[in-house]
Amino acid sequence: MTVVPMVEAELFEPRRNTDTVVARRLDVREDPTWARLSVIAVTVIFLGVFIVLPLLNVFAQAFAKGAAAYYGALSAPDTLSAIRLTLVVAVISVGANALFGLIAAWAITKFEFRGKNLLVTLIDLPFSVSPVIAGLVFVLLFGLQGYLGPWLSDHNIKIIFALPGIVLATIFVTFPFVVRELIPLMQEQGTEQEEAALSLGASGLRTFIRITLPNVKWALLYGVLLCNARAMGEFGAVSVVSGHIRGQTNTMPLEVEALYNGYQSAAAFAVASLLALLALVTLVTKIIFEAHIAKGRTP
Amino acid sequence: MKISLVGISKRFGNFVALDNVDLEVRSGELLALLGPSGSGKTTLLRIVAGLDWPDAGEVRFDGEDALNRTVGERNVGFVFQHYALFRHMTVFENVAFGLRARPRSYRPGEAEIRRRVGTLLDLVQLNWLADRYPTQLSGGQRQRIALARALAIEPRVLLLDEPFGSLDAKVRKDLRRWLRNLHSEIHVTSIFVTHDQEEALEVADRVVVMERGRIEQAGTPQQVYDHPRTAFVHEFIGESVVVPVLIEDGEVRFDGRSIGIDPQGSPNGAATLFARPFDISIVPTSSENTLTGVVKRVHGIGPARRVEIALGSEGSGTIVEVVALRSQQWRIGDFVGLRPEQYRLFTHAGRGAT
Repeated sequence: MTVVPMVEAELFEPRRNTDTVVARRLDVREDPTWARLSVIAVTVIFLGVFIVLPLLNVFAQAFAKGAAAYYGALSAPDTLSAIRLTLVVAVISVGANALFGLIAAWAITKFEFRGKNLLVTLIDLPFSVSPVIAGLVFVLLFGLQGYLGPWLSDHNIKIIFALPGIVLATIFVTFPFVVRELIPLMQEQGTEQEEAALSLGASGLRTFIRITLPNVKWALLYGVLLCNARAMGEFGAVSVVSGHIRGQTNTMPLEVEALYNGYQSAAAFAVASLLALLALVTLVTKIIFEAHIAKGRTP
Repeated sequence: MKISLVGISKRFGNFVALDNVDLEVRSGELLALLGPSGSGKTTLLRIVAGLDWPDAGEVRFDGEDALNRTVGERNVGFVFQHYALFRHMTVFENVAFGLRARPRSYRPGEAEIRRRVGTLLDLVQLNWLADRYPTQLSGGQRQRIALARALAIEPRVLLLDEPFGSLDAKVRKDLRRWLRNLHSEIHVTSIFVTHDQEEALEVADRVVVMERGRIEQAGTPQQVYDHPRTAFVHEFIGESVVVPVLIEDGEVRFDGRSIGIDPQGSPNGAATLFARPFDISIVPTSSENTLTGVVKRVHGIGPARRVEIALGSEGSGTIVEVVALRSQQWRIGDFVGLRPEQYRLFTHAGRGAT
């Protein structure tokens, strides 16, 4: 009980010598207020000018001629065809990359083999190669002047300037997203749980479906999400292989360019606003997934 | 079930993990594989389980070749060091996993699964945690759930990899006793890996001491403690006082003095004397057949004192720690004699008592 009066005394006498010393010491340890505020201000202004403002402008321009014009631009046959093509390409390439990504991550994290490091480096290649080059590679391979071109045209198979070419270029550009999400997580988790499941008599397939897949579920979805955003937005590689046939081989980003070059800026921004919307949805979903992945990491 | 291992060898790159290991595990016994890290004990356990394959050798379960069966087909219960519980499943589903994974024709019905899992959770005394997730359990609870999960498939052999390795001291001791009792209840042939000699000696029926991919000695805890076959076993199990000595015509000599007659008949030359600290008594330097040394430190409370003594007349040699009675008052700097009442000699070739 003797302690209580002392505590009270300290509480009610804040201006004693010791308190001022403590206060001064805190000030020294922290950065000055003006420095903190200016660093925060620079960040906020930079983000505002270079990211938020242009994004808002996309929507402003899209609705510049009113909601009816906006709706009209989106329901134009060429635009609808571009949206349809983009969705088809995204579904195929994201599906393929999710599957390849799982297999590649499994191979890299669960097995030891020669040349593994080379493989890991190769997976990152699409990130370091310009998308235009990615597109050119396929033109050189499958184009009329390309190595396989004559054979393909003899057999009436169209790859370049058609859906297969666009899908191939998109898969190439977006390949790393899923694998790169999965590898660190699967490495961290090791193989003990799989071994436990196998020792309990589960088959390889059952182990994969019941143990491996649930453990990497959120990272996989996260990778698919990023992959999808890039697949729908890819311009460079697709531009090289598509041939820009409006209503047939133009994806949404290509359609935006075509409209803009044709001085239909409101229509161009209307289509662009759809892509911007996709980016926002991706961002929000990403935050949700990240929370789940963080939860999954704790053992 | 009896397990026979014959000539098991395994390399990882240039590292020899197991070097021609032979071992018989008797039916129903609780066997400890004891050794420092890198001695090959976990690799041996994983080979028995079917999680690793040997480069050479045979694994037989009751005489049948086990090497042409996968881990799933061997019907072994494996408990991992870090539990490896399925974290997205409840405790109940974890334990039920092995039953649900059976082929349809052998799979018990839902009611039977409930009953069996309930019995197992009762056995590990954690029925009240059935609906929790592994992240919500303590280390000791996770370990017991991992054990219940392994037992659910009614394994012919139970294999435990460092089962208490990542638990704190108090929980370790409780779980040890509990495992011992559990084993006498269910009597399934069990092998556990540990680097903790106290654990091995307390829990196991038989202890297999391993070092550098070889078996140094296999025997009951009493045998390996009282009659260590090699210098390594003597040092690894229990406390040892180690003194470098010279053998001269059947006489053991240290620092120019005779300690006694070599009962083992070692050849002339350098050797190492091993004794337990409590088998050495501190005597006046005038006594016959003693080592000599200078007291450097006295510590310990309770009935016995521990005295650190630097060997040699200068007090500059190897430091040994011996147990002294409280009635003997030794002070730092005292010049004393040490008489080993019981000791073993190992020649420097290192392998085997001579």
